[in-house]
Amino acid sequence: MRPILTRRQKDTILAGIFCVVALLVVLQLWLLTATMNAFMGGDHTVVWPAAVASLGCLLVNLWLLRRLVYLQRAGT
Amino acid sequence: MNPPAGEVPRTYPDGKPLLEQPHWQQDFPTDVPEDDHVARREFVKFLVLTSGAFVAGQLWIAAASSLRKNGRLPRQQVSTVAELEARRVVEFRYPDEHEPCLAICLAPGRYVAYGQKCSHLACAVIPHLDKGELHCPCHNGFFELSDGRPIAGPPRRPLPLVTLEVQDGVVFATGFELRTI
Repeated sequence: MRPILTRRQKDTILAGIFCVVALLVVLQLWLLTATMNAFMGGDHTVVWPAAVASLGCLLVNLWLLRRLVYLQRAGT
Repeated sequence: MNPPAGEVPRTYPDGKPLLEQPHWQQDFPTDVPEDDHVARREFVKFLVLTSGAFVAGQLWIAAASSLRKNGRLPRQQVSTVAELEARRVVEFRYPDEHEPCLAICLAPGRYVAYGQKCSHLACAVIPHLDKGELHCPCHNGFFELSDGRPIAGPPRRPLPLVTLEVQDGVVFATGFELRTI
């Protein structure tokens, strides 16, 4: 049985999701600048691991967005 | 007009209850918290889109890294030892004509060479032998003359190092090394 959440509970969960997504996007920004710096400096070893990590962040973000849309549907 | 039991009452921007709202608001009540939810969801969507753009950037770097050529660079004559020690700074281009470089004589028998493009935004750096530094006039970046590392200003990466070889009184460039630290 799906739990019935009050608006206040939804608010808290929404704020949590928002914070995690924002944090992951900032992490991706840092990853991109660090990777670009390494690439311009001729260090190619970090390029693919950083791309995979960034992709992982995107997947988590997409999952969180999906949860958020699900949460905002009536009756959940 | 009171909300059913168990439901959180709607709130309005001025904080007053529904009965004290203007008629148009009572006829078309806006659910402000619900409105906020939608705004936040739209913002999260935008953040996820940004996240996707960052991944695209990472993949572009990875693709560029994979396509970069890693061949051995040619051995190219830069100058003679006598000329380099007399002039102290000799300009040359290596490994191709689009890469200006500087060969510098720090002391007799002690030579270094760097790519001349500043690691910040590729302006040409100017050597100041008396001060022991290379200066980028565009944004006031400074590099150490002896090793090419950044010492002041916006540059964060050292100048590219050109490896030199001396043979029979002639100085040759043998490699071009990009550096992060």
